[in-house]
Order: sequence, then C-alpha cells, then structure tokens
Amino acid sequence: MQNRTLEIGVGLFLLAGLLALLLLALRVSGLTVSPSAETYRIQAYFDNISGLTVRAKVTMAGVVVGKVTAIDLDRDSYMGRVTLEIDKRVDNLPVDSTASILTAGLLGEKYIGLSVGGEEEVLVDGSTIHDTQSALVLEDLIGKFMLNSVNKDSE
Amino acid sequence: MSVDNAYAVELKGLTFRRGARTIFDKVDIRIPRGKVTGIMGPSGCGKTTLLRLIAAQLRPHAGEVWVNQCNLPQLSRSELFHMRKQFGVLFQSGALFTDLNVFENVAFPLRVHTHLPEEMIRDIVLMKLQAVGLRGAVELMPDELSGGMKRRVALARAIALDPQILMYDEPFVGQDPIAMGVLVRLIRLLNDALGITSIVVSHDLAETASIADYIYVVGDARVLGHGTPAELMVSEDPQIRQFMQGIPDGPVPFHFPAVDYRSDLLGGAQ
Amino acid sequence: MKRRSLLERVRLLGVSGLAVLQAMGRAVLFLGHALIGRSGTRNGFALLVKQLYGVGVLSLPIIIVAGVFIGMVLALQGYSILVDYGSAQAVGQMVALTLLRELGPVVTGLLFAGRAGSALTAEIGNMKSTEQISSLEMIGVDPLKYIIAPRLWAGFISMPLLAAIFSVVGIWGGAMVAIDWLGVYEGSFWANMQNSVSFYDDVLNGVIKSVVFAFVVTWIAVFQGYDCEPTSEGISRATTRTVVYASLAVLGLDFILTALMFGDF
Repeated sequence: MQNRTLEIGVGLFLLAGLLALLLLALRVSGLTVSPSAETYRIQAYFDNISGLTVRAKVTMAGVVVGKVTAIDLDRDSYMGRVTLEIDKRVDNLPVDSTASILTAGLLGEKYIGLSVGGEEEVLVDGSTIHDTQSALVLEDLIGKFMLNSVNKDSE
Repeated sequence: MSVDNAYAVELKGLTFRRGARTIFDKVDIRIPRGKVTGIMGPSGCGKTTLLRLIAAQLRPHAGEVWVNQCNLPQLSRSELFHMRKQFGVLFQSGALFTDLNVFENVAFPLRVHTHLPEEMIRDIVLMKLQAVGLRGAVELMPDELSGGMKRRVALARAIALDPQILMYDEPFVGQDPIAMGVLVRLIRLLNDALGITSIVVSHDLAETASIADYIYVVGDARVLGHGTPAELMVSEDPQIRQFMQGIPDGPVPFHFPAVDYRSDLLGGAQ
Repeated sequence: MKRRSLLERVRLLGVSGLAVLQAMGRAVLFLGHALIGRSGTRNGFALLVKQLYGVGVLSLPIIIVAGVFIGMVLALQGYSILVDYGSAQAVGQMVALTLLRELGPVVTGLLFAGRAGSALTAEIGNMKSTEQISSLEMIGVDPLKYIIAPRLWAGFISMPLLAAIFSVVGIWGGAMVAIDWLGVYEGSFWANMQNSVSFYDDVLNGVIKSVVFAFVVTWIAVFQGYDCEPTSEGISRATTRTVVYASLAVLGLDFILTALMFGDF
C-alpha cells in the first residue's frame, strides 16, 4: 500500500536524523557517553598563560587526563590562576608535579602538560601545583635572541 | 425558545460592510423549513457573502442570524464548529479535498464527527454516492472527475451527516445542460426525500425558478422583493421585473456610473 | 510623479506600518490557535506522518547533495589556506566547526525555505482558493488544527534533523576530499576535529539554531499560505514572499543567535 511506503520513508528519515545527531555527538565532538562526573579540581599559577583557553586539554605523557575549566587573574600575586579538572582515575599525582603550558605544533592550540614529581604525598581536590612552567612566548624568545646577538657584536 | 418553527433560518436587521462598502444594509430574510428557497440577484451583489453569513464564516456588523433558536454571531468559536454540523454546503468549485479519493472525501465528515465502525461508514458512503449516481467512482481521485461529477461528489459529502440545512453556492455555473438537469433533479429530490431545508444561491433564473418554492431577490444591499416564482414573474416592481425578465437597461443600469459621456469625450482633448 | 506633502508621506508610512503590525498580530493569533488546545482530530498522528514525508523526506535529496558539496568545498578552500601555515591537519576542525555552527543550520534553513516552505505556502494557498479550507470549516473541522498544526509540527521536527544530516554528510564530504584527495593524515584529521569541537558549545548550539530557524521558516510559510489572496496571482506572490521573508529571517536571526552564543569568545 502507498501509505506503508510513506510511513517507512518517514521512519527512515527520523532514524537517519537521530543517527546524524548521535554521530555529531560521539564521532565529531568526541563526547563520551559517561561524562567525566568523577573528577577533582586542582589549581596552578602561571606567570603567563598566553593563549591558553578554557576547555583546553590537560595531558600527562601525551594522554588526556582532564581539561582546563577556568582561567582568571589572582589579585594578590598578579599571576594567572588556572583551574584544572583532573580525572578521578588519575589520583596519584605527587604534589611536586610540574604543569607546563605547551603548544601543539608551532602554531597549534595551547594545552597543559603535567610531568610527575617524586614526593610521596599526592594532589587532592583543591590542591595547588607550585612548580609551573609558563607558555613559551615567541616575542620574548626573539627578543632574547636579538639581545644576545647584539651583546656578541659589541664584544 | 420560539414556538414558531416554520423558519429554519431567520436574518434580522443584518448589516455587513466590506471596507467602506455596505454589502447588506438591515436585511431581513426568513427561510422556510423544509422548502427550497432561492436567493437571487445580479452578480457581485453579495450572494455568496450571504451564505457565509448564514454559516457564520463571516461575522455581521449588526443584526442577528437565527438558526434553530441560536443566534450565531454570539456563539464562541468552538460552539460554532459544533453548530456547523447541521449545515451542508455545496461550494461553487465543489471544494473536494484533492489528496483524498472520492470515497474518503464522502467519508471525511463521518470519520471526524462520528465513532461509527468502518463497515457502517462504508455503507453510508455508498448510499450517499448511490443517491448522486456515482457509486461506481469511489476509487477515483478528484482530479479524474469532470466538473459536474465533482459537484455531485461534493453534494454526497455535504449530505453525509444528514444536515438539516443544505446550502448551494451557484450550483449551476459552468455546467453543461445534462449536468445542470441532473443537479436540478438532485436538489429537488434530496430536499423532498430527506426533508431538509435547501437554500440555493444563484443567478440562473430558469433553473432556480424551476426548483425553488420561494425566492428572495437581493441587490443594492437590500431585499428587492420576495415571493413564489410565479408571483415574482408577474411582479410590477421595476427592479424585479428587470431581473426576472433579463432586460439589459433599467433600474439596474447598463452603464457603470461615469461622468457624462459627452463631456468625457470632449474633455479628453485638453 | 505627483508631489506629495510631507504630512501625506508620514501618513502613508503610518498606514504601511499599521498594516505590518496587523499582519504580525494575525500571524501570532494564527499560531496560537493552531498550536494551543485540543487537536480536535482523531487521526492527528497519521496527518503528522504524512506531512513529515512531504516536508522532511522529500527535502532529503537536496539537503544531502548540498551538504556533500559544501563540505567538499570547505575542505578544499580550508586546505589551501591552512597548508601555508603548515597546519593542514586542522582542516577537519575547520570543516566541522563551520558546518556545525553556521552552515549546517543556515544553509538547511535557506534550502528548507526554498524547497519545503514554498511548497507549503502554495499548497495551503491552493486549498484556500479551491475553497477546501472553507469547506473544512463548514464540515465543522477547524482548518487550523487539521491543516496547519500538522504542517507546523512537521517543520519543527524535520528541520533540526535535516540540519544534523547536512552537517554529517558535509563532514563526510570534507573528510573524503581532505583524506583521500589532499592526503591529510586520517588520524590527525579526526583527532583535531574531536579535540576542538565541543558538544555543548558547538553541536548543541547548532541544534538550537536550527530549531529556531525551523520555527520561523515554517511559521512564515504556513501563515503566508493561509493569509494569501485566494487567486493564482495571490498564491504566487505569497510563495515568493515566503522564500524572501524566510531567507531574510534565517540570516538575520543567525546573526543575533551567533552574537548571543559565541559573542563572548
């Protein structure tokens, strides 16, 4: 019957639409089905966060273990305060771990890389990472380089 | 409640305007129950508007429309939709639903308003189609029908719910003589067999006069006269005489109102 | 041309302003009547399915074809720019973000206005001119519930889905060009995309946009049909108005929505 093909067509259309939404969610935006409800927050202070944005990833040994949830300026120390949300499964970060702002490729996005320290004590919710390495600022680098060569010339 | 049940529809002091133009000015019309009443008048005098006023598709600016002890302009939108089940209307074009076949078109009012089982609906639809002589056409789509057949299917649909009042909007326009004859016979037959009140809006004099029991002639935003066809034929009123006998010039002028012909021609040179 | 006094010009402006306001008032009442209250018809679901077919399924081919081509063009153009900066692998991110945030909802809205919107207007206008709508009223069926409501819902439902399909096939088309033709490394194409696309900020906002566009475009199309002058000229004018108004509404609203959603970045 003609009615039947029509209904099947509509059914397929609705299925395709929902499937497309699902694809966008899972494949394109990389949304995980169980959202990272199990996380804890730590803070890190940087001299210069230059270009780091909220939602940037936090990696350890190249593996994503969390993301940046907030960036603001600390009024007292004039440093950039970055709040990191770390996966609960990674609960054994030593307190003297280092956080550095890295760049993916020469001009790619900024992200935070953690490297492990040696202490027994581990970071918990609300802790602060003291050992940080700020972003590499290209202008500073070039400035230093120029200064060096000028100094050499004058010698 | 009025005891006077002789009239199915009563219009009292009905006034309707479209923009600045007055279409009806304090018109009184009474449609007798169980009879065929013709409403006639020259083209463009608002006959179709009158039907829409009776069916409350339009709201009058003043006056009352009484149908079975209800004053329609005072009813709410939902009460009106309920009320309209008593009406059947045959539109000029037939107005069949183009996406439904003949059977579904006739079954439509039944499906919407009743909870009848499918076999019963089928029987009723076939009966109504038999009455208009198109039982063989149940499977056809509206665009496969001729104009006359469309109108007959629409008629079958209009009587599907056994309405008390059946209104015909220009049923004879654009019909060949055979289709016309069929329609004239059907209107009379349905009226007498089902005991419904019929209102025929038309400007086709001969056909209307041949089936109507009573005729109202409207024009100039008012009722020019009313009476049985025989009475109107011998009426002395000049306007009615002109209309009934088809005289080109008279109280209804041949010329559209214009400035003086002579001065218009001469004035053009300036 | 006749010289008009200034006062007369002001009066004419007022007249047209009032006419616009009146039409908008009618459109709002119309929408309210159509969507609020009992449906009054028992086979509402069947009517909706039929309209979903007409509005949604029949729009699929144009949406898919347009989506693939737009995705492919985005990948080509994006690649030729990004390759200068040595970040050709970011082409996936560019294609996905452009489609999800902007082109998916907007182009779907425009195509929908042209394909389904004009058809809706013409269909309803035709029903009006052949007195089918009057005839429904006389049978005691509210045409706003029977004719209009299912079409409105069909539009609201199908357009966000069409937009999602558009984005998916667009990304697929972009991936095809970037990976198979331009030789971008497949892993970095997808990884870059997944890292930069956020579900809430990009996918969800795109869906919200397409829902808003669906609402406006369908409303305009259906109202223009219902409100048109019931002659063949009137119908063709109404159809043109549908496409013009709906397209302008989509583009205008897109700016407003973008400013609201992504403005603080």
